[in-house]
Amino acid sequence: MLEIKNLHVKLEEEDKAILNGVDLTVEAGKVHAIMGPNGSGKSTLSYVLSGRDGYEVTDGSAEMDGKDLLELEPEERAAAGLFLAFQYPVEIPGVGNMTFLRTAVNAQRKARGEEEISAADFLKLIREKAKTLKIDADMLKRPVNVGFSGGEKKRNEILQMAILEPKMCILDETDSGLDVDAMKLVAEGVNALRDAGRAFLVITHYQRLLDHIQPDVVHILAGGRIVKTGGPELALEVENNGYADILSEVA
Amino acid sequence: MALPQQKQDATEARIAAIAKPAGGVWLTEARNAALSRLRAMGLPHARDEYWKYTRPATLVQPDVPPAAVFELYESAVFHEIDRLQIVFVDGVFDPDASDDLAMAGVEIEPLAQAGAADIHWARELYGVLEANGQSPVERPLAALNTAFAENGVLIRVTGRAEKPVNLSYVQKTENLDVTIHNVVKVEEGADLTLLENGPAASRLNKVLEVEVADGAAFHHVRTQGRAHERRAATHMFARLGKESTFKSFTLTVNGALTRNEAVVEMTGDDAVAHVAGAALGDGATGDFHHDDTVFVTHDAVNCESRQVFKKVLRNGAVGVFQGKILVKDGAQKTDGYQISQSLLLDDDSQFYAKPELEIYADDVACSHGSTSGAIDDEGLFYLRSRGVPKDIATDLMVVAFVAEAIDEIEDEAIAADILGRLEGWLERRRG
Ligand SMILES: Nc1ncnc2c1ncn2[C@@H]1O[C@H](COP(=O)(O)OP(=O)(O)OP(=O)(O)O)[C@@H](O)[C@H]1O
Ligand SMILES: [Mg+2]
Repeated sequence: MLEIKNLHVKLEEEDKAILNGVDLTVEAGKVHAIMGPNGSGKSTLSYVLSGRDGYEVTDGSAEMDGKDLLELEPEERAAAGLFLAFQYPVEIPGVGNMTFLRTAVNAQRKARGEEEISAADFLKLIREKAKTLKIDADMLKRPVNVGFSGGEKKRNEILQMAILEPKMCILDETDSGLDVDAMKLVAEGVNALRDAGRAFLVITHYQRLLDHIQPDVVHILAGGRIVKTGGPELALEVENNGYADILSEVA
Repeated sequence: MALPQQKQDATEARIAAIAKPAGGVWLTEARNAALSRLRAMGLPHARDEYWKYTRPATLVQPDVPPAAVFELYESAVFHEIDRLQIVFVDGVFDPDASDDLAMAGVEIEPLAQAGAADIHWARELYGVLEANGQSPVERPLAALNTAFAENGVLIRVTGRAEKPVNLSYVQKTENLDVTIHNVVKVEEGADLTLLENGPAASRLNKVLEVEVADGAAFHHVRTQGRAHERRAATHMFARLGKESTFKSFTLTVNGALTRNEAVVEMTGDDAVAHVAGAALGDGATGDFHHDDTVFVTHDAVNCESRQVFKKVLRNGAVGVFQGKILVKDGAQKTDGYQISQSLLLDDDSQFYAKPELEIYADDVACSHGSTSGAIDDEGLFYLRSRGVPKDIATDLMVVAFVAEAIDEIEDEAIAADILGRLEGWLERRRG
């Protein structure tokens, strides 16, 4: 599904290398987790994959289903099935949540040559999904993320994911800022979407989320590189011992 | 004080190029007085302080710059609003295209007809509010209008108008000067909504004088016509009585040159005045220069005024805002607010803002702000990351940006019409 090879990324504006040769393959139907110290490049990786400005890929490649992601516009990547749940979801004053989501769904459908969803069907769909995530109708009417609490923003990300039904889902610290119950809801939302045709890349600092979303593979990203890959037990090791052991082991 | 020769020559050249209209006693007197005012002031010149950011030459010169007629591809704005429509074609009242002018509580007369009489109620307003508005800043194009206008409507409102009055200005001829002068008198406790739409002419000079009596309300929503090369100088003079309400909103899309002046004087306590505007210009489709010049005077206690202006500029479009709040001695408890913002979609576009506060009372709350900024890249990326193409994402943010001004429209159906139009035009332009 997702194949990243030797990815090197620096900031466009300054001479600062952030990713120094990331190799990562996520197969369809799998859940991969990425853990790693603050500032190791996890968000940068997710941004580069989704097409944010400000980065320069100096080497390597990133493909989704054999398609070169890096040459696509962000909206083309989304239409191709890539989704990023932002670590810091953006507030957009004046743009209604509903308008935004319907525009997004229809733009993706149009890009894929599918028919647009009717206003009535969309309303039905969003109400149903919002209900399972315990997002109240009032929030849907408000401008995108404006005045949402930290946890509400994260739930809104998962709502968008549930509606857009992407095939490659990247979740960047979706668990941070969530209370225990909300985390369960989000995990249920993710688990409901798990199927053979879909893959997840879950970035997190905590084992807790992985209790609810069982990962198949866990990677440790440090210094802009995947330094260790293992099974779910790797997350437990980080939880118990931190990164010191792992980092000294690979150094 | 003698005018500079150049200014005097320009003024006389323009006056000489216009036929002096005939009329009854009251109107002739008003016109003569305006002509004297005009001669004393002279038409605007590029060196005038009040015209620092907008070149008046094409508004002043005797020759009319042409403007291709904009072919509407959709039904005209306000089409779905239940309204009494009054149509002007090339600046002349067209009774056949207009509705019956009779409406309960509202008296409507074309200026051409009322002006033939020797006395008329409008004499206490026609050119009077304009003359009042000539100080402390001169507005010679408005005096020019008063002196030569032959068309417009005189509206007297004595009750709650059951539906809005819509003045539609249709342009049929490529190069034509049109001068329109409207007078509205909203009597005590009465209520009117006035809608205006259409370009009217390749060069339009329009004046609206409004008296809002004690406890009365006047709502005004206009769109200025999308002809790319059209030019317009419009003035709105409003005088507000006690506990009255005045709310005006203007949507401008396209136009080579637009100067909209609003002069509002609050003379009765507890009055409310809102003046708002949204202007969207794209230099790629023709010159775009839009100037909002607003002057609000507080001369009574506990009045509230708001100025909300938004401009979206791209490809070399230019926006200007000159807004002033004058709080006179004794106008305590004044609540004055002014915001003027521009969204610059590229580095070629420009926005000039001159916000001013002049306050002679001590117990007032006045604030003003002016900002000019690019589109929020973070927001844009967020929308695009969900599959919304860049142009649509930009337009979503453009609409969000101007929404604050559109929100000033009180009537929900009219606001929805304006918003829908705007979205439609943006969508069509995206192709
Ligand atoms: N636009 C930028 N300008 C300057 N530095 C940047 C920029 N973007 C990223 N960085 C730097 O790159 C490094 C990696 O940042 P990134 O956000 O990818 O880390 P992260 O692994 O997601 O960290 P966290 O766990 O704290 O979220 C950090 O040192 C960060 O300061
Ligand atoms: Mg991060």
